[in-house]
Amino acid sequence: MAETTLTTKPPEEVIILRPSRGWIALNLRDLWRYRELIYFLTWRDIKVRYKQTVLGAGWAVLQPLLNMIVLSVIFGSFAKMSTGGIPRPIFTFAALLPWGLFSKALSEAGRSMLSNRSMITKIYFPRLIIPLASVLGGTVDFAIQFVILIGMMFFYNFAPTPAILILPLFLFLTLATALGFGLWLSALNVLYRDINYILPFFTQLWLLITPVAYSAQDVVPPEWQLVYALNPMVGVVEGFRWALLGAQAPPIETLLVSASISIVLLVTGMYYFRRMERTFADLV
Amino acid sequence: MSDIAIRAENLGKQYRIGMQIERYRTLRDSIVDAAKLPARLLRGEQDSGNNTIWALDDVSFEVRKGEVLGVIGRNGAGKSTLLKILSRVTEPSAGYAEIHGRVGSLLEVGTGFHPELTGRENIALNGAILGMKRAEIERKFDEIVEFSGVSKFIDTPVKRYSSGMYLRLAFAVAAHMEPEILVVDEVLAVGDAEFQRKCLGKMSDVASQGRTVLFVSHNMSAILRLTQETIVLEKGKLVMRAPSAQAVDYYLTSGFAQTGEHYWQADEMPTDAAPFCPIALRVRNPAGQIVDTARSLEPVIVEVEYSLSAAISGLRVGIYLMSTHGEHIFTSFDTDDQSRYERYTTRPAGHYTSRCTIPADLLNEGRYIIGMNASSFRVQRYFQDEYALAFTVDAAGAPGMQWLEPRMGAIRPRLDWQVEQKDRLPAGRMDAA
Repeated sequence: MAETTLTTKPPEEVIILRPSRGWIALNLRDLWRYRELIYFLTWRDIKVRYKQTVLGAGWAVLQPLLNMIVLSVIFGSFAKMSTGGIPRPIFTFAALLPWGLFSKALSEAGRSMLSNRSMITKIYFPRLIIPLASVLGGTVDFAIQFVILIGMMFFYNFAPTPAILILPLFLFLTLATALGFGLWLSALNVLYRDINYILPFFTQLWLLITPVAYSAQDVVPPEWQLVYALNPMVGVVEGFRWALLGAQAPPIETLLVSASISIVLLVTGMYYFRRMERTFADLV
Repeated sequence: MSDIAIRAENLGKQYRIGMQIERYRTLRDSIVDAAKLPARLLRGEQDSGNNTIWALDDVSFEVRKGEVLGVIGRNGAGKSTLLKILSRVTEPSAGYAEIHGRVGSLLEVGTGFHPELTGRENIALNGAILGMKRAEIERKFDEIVEFSGVSKFIDTPVKRYSSGMYLRLAFAVAAHMEPEILVVDEVLAVGDAEFQRKCLGKMSDVASQGRTVLFVSHNMSAILRLTQETIVLEKGKLVMRAPSAQAVDYYLTSGFAQTGEHYWQADEMPTDAAPFCPIALRVRNPAGQIVDTARSLEPVIVEVEYSLSAAISGLRVGIYLMSTHGEHIFTSFDTDDQSRYERYTTRPAGHYTSRCTIPADLLNEGRYIIGMNASSFRVQRYFQDEYALAFTVDAAGAPGMQWLEPRMGAIRPRLDWQVEQKDRLPAGRMDAA
């Protein structure tokens, strides 16, 4: 037999295939090995999203701007809720950033497995990449909106406080929450297709119970604060606004409750996804 | 480091069929199920059903490094399921498999191609999906574009490509994967003849580079050309592993009743065959008897019986003759002859038999496969069954039978030889004038 020379000769790895049962390991090493694919799929989703639109990336900005206007009118002019001294447009727009990432993750991740079904049924790669890439695709929009927000802050002569140093923490928390929900939804949607149909409805409701256009301290009575904090987006939005705009800091208990829910959802989401992964190629 | 590339032991894959069937539920069922629902939701269980099939059943085999193994079997035998398991697309339900080395799968070309992206972008995307690193893709980019022949259109969105260009580009990317183990499933079945030739060429390059290849195909000549050994799957079970010629022969001749006729069952009939309905294919000797062995000294009569539920115009009904090595010997239609073509332009509804006679002293000894085709040229193919019936030709009395030696080739015509003596040479002189 002729000598085979390959350009790189990695140490030989042996892959064992056998039926798995119950909960299985996350296999993050495999995920790391396919990291380039995460980049490519994210890139693909972003490119395709804006390829044939007139405004292109402008849509990323238009949507939250419109949302902000509507919410400001309803909660500001009509309901006259307080913003703690921060100009209402910034108050609302800042909260719409993490909210946008989250709601996009809900809808995109839910569909992601089904829209990629041809890849799932033909090729091996860690399936976690699919919802991961769909959530990461939202970060580009997030970044664009962030730049707009900075612009708005300049416009209103609004300076950030030292709390801005904690911003990366809340960015991470936003992503973790979006990903946690995204993983659960993408896995569940493969099994129960009607989940994606009720989703828009739930997202709308969710917006109302998240302190995007109002401040939690003002609206929610103190005895209900902790129950309210079970909505992980509460901690994310209030924390984000506090770090970036110097709004009133949310009580530490609220942050802890929300953050733990986020982390729990993320971790359980990953394990649940991995457990259901064996059925995806057969069910999708 | 062992020299085994793939080892499979008792691999099995079970599928639930009819999962979406709604059964009539009693209130008791509903309540009990509702109570169990949270637990069941999490475990992802569906309604229990007794409708399961084992697409793969107790399959065990080994593939050594550098071997090129063919996998053949009828539709539904489990070939694609086996490849899916070995490519880690799906999990086995039972058994165990070991893979030594990186697996590259060609289960379908163009997976992951997005119509909105340009050819260039799709090469990068598809390459990444197939497991190539970005550096690797960049290095091979020019080669891939060159192989595909679409360099002029490489920056236009793929949705503008013709299907031929699309296939060529997709295959070009896939062909430049460099896995240790290559798993190919019928990819070569799509595309025009030139494309198929290019694919086969590339496949044999890959095979000759010493990579392990697992090749599933219905194309027996491709199997014979590319593979050394072949396994035959039947209804999920591995029934044979042998040198390719033997396996192909077994596959082509097994399942044929030794009766000289083949009746088509209702479930073999595709729905778009109507109004054409094939009934039977038969081989008869000159006395009119149905036989499974014909003598090369006698003409062989092949008849196709069919019915038309409505008139068809431009219909031609014909047969293929193939050797058990997968070689096509001839194709012949009942309206090949000009006068018949004019006479039977339209066939009204009714019951028909098209009968032809293969002349005596034509076929060599051996086993042959007859296939049937009913179509109208460039309009529609009503029905085709390439491996419908097998029969044997016995060469007793054929030319040259006084020497008991096998003759190569499918035909053994009785040619009229003449021996002419020009000159007498004096004994001892070797050269001619």
